[in-house]
Amino acid sequence: MRILHSGSAGTLESSDVLITVERNPAKGVVIELESISEARFGNRIREVIKETLKKLQVEDVKVRVQDRSALDCTIRARLTAAVFRAAGIEKYPWEELE
Amino acid sequence: MKLRRTMLYVPGNSAAMVKDAHIYRPDTVMFDLEDSVSYREKDAARFLVYQTLRTIDYGGVETAVRINGLDTPYGKDDIEAMVRARPNIIRIPKTEKAQDVADVETEIERVERKIGLPIGTIKLFAAIETPLGVLNAREIACSSSRLLGIALGAEDLVTSLRTTRSKDGIELHYARSQVLYAARVAGINAIDTVYSNVQDEEGFLAEVRLIKQLGFDGKSVIQPNQIKLVHRVYTPTEEEIHKALRVLEAIREAESKGSGVIALDGRMIDKPVVERARWTIELAKASGVVPEEVKP
Repeated sequence: MRILHSGSAGTLESSDVLITVERNPAKGVVIELESISEARFGNRIREVIKETLKKLQVEDVKVRVQDRSALDCTIRARLTAAVFRAAGIEKYPWEELE
Repeated sequence: MKLRRTMLYVPGNSAAMVKDAHIYRPDTVMFDLEDSVSYREKDAARFLVYQTLRTIDYGGVETAVRINGLDTPYGKDDIEAMVRARPNIIRIPKTEKAQDVADVETEIERVERKIGLPIGTIKLFAAIETPLGVLNAREIACSSSRLLGIALGAEDLVTSLRTTRSKDGIELHYARSQVLYAARVAGINAIDTVYSNVQDEEGFLAEVRLIKQLGFDGKSVIQPNQIKLVHRVYTPTEEEIHKALRVLEAIREAESKGSGVIALDGRMIDKPVVERARWTIELAKASGVVPEEVKP
């Protein structure tokens, strides 16, 4: 999936995460993480972000993650929404998302 | 017996509520993709509920999702995602005729077939929120074997009726009766509307007592602190349980003696009395105030 412009999803409320994705042509995946639990869960959050991007077939992207102790499933949901918004796609391929 | 005394509305785009709602132990958690979610956030809420339902163990609490109508740009995607997320129930908003249920059922079945889920796995609830829906309550209630219940939604309804909600609920008298009778004809649950003034505990309790007396199985609630109040009203009292157990004991004794006429404390016990006693014990068991092994 191609990122066309900046897109974000989520909130800064507790248990949520605000994720913003931007184009990053030919520079791969860059993750900027801001989290109160970075020391404990930073690696895990990055792993979830990378796995989700791989599933969505997004390769060159800058991801800003403002985490408020979100669960993995919340991170996946917010990143997916941000990516589809940034790709300008409103027809969701549910089979591939499973 | 599955109790549905409380169906707790949870805004579908609230990450904290979506993951934690079950800890308040409502009988059903209902994730809302419809009115509580703004148009700009419909996609995000759908992804959030989808991912969370697939991940979290709700500890035996029944899960439902209120989808957007099929007459909106969101309804079809909601069904596509939610059947895959497998809540117990999909709740249809603003149901006005049997065809509305059939249309949703067709979409659900299409996805069930596609993903290899047994047809009929996802159950349905239909919300009745318009004058036409109220008038067609019976055909709606009898429209599908997936339907577990119908629920009155009063906020839109009173606006259509050109009135407002009052404390005694006189404006809802006809709609409540119609929904209840339709549900009983169909043999499904009847669930009452929300009480929006969360500060007014006294008014809320009065409404819960009213709808219980009318015969409703439960109520949609919007605040976790309303759950205990509803459950308390619906839990049979010690006196009611004692009386019901005595009726059932008298029945068993009469049956063992082959006696056709049964009396207790000088009063005849007929079939409706026995049925009510059985219902009281079932409700008491399901509410956890009578052990499961007590014979109904």
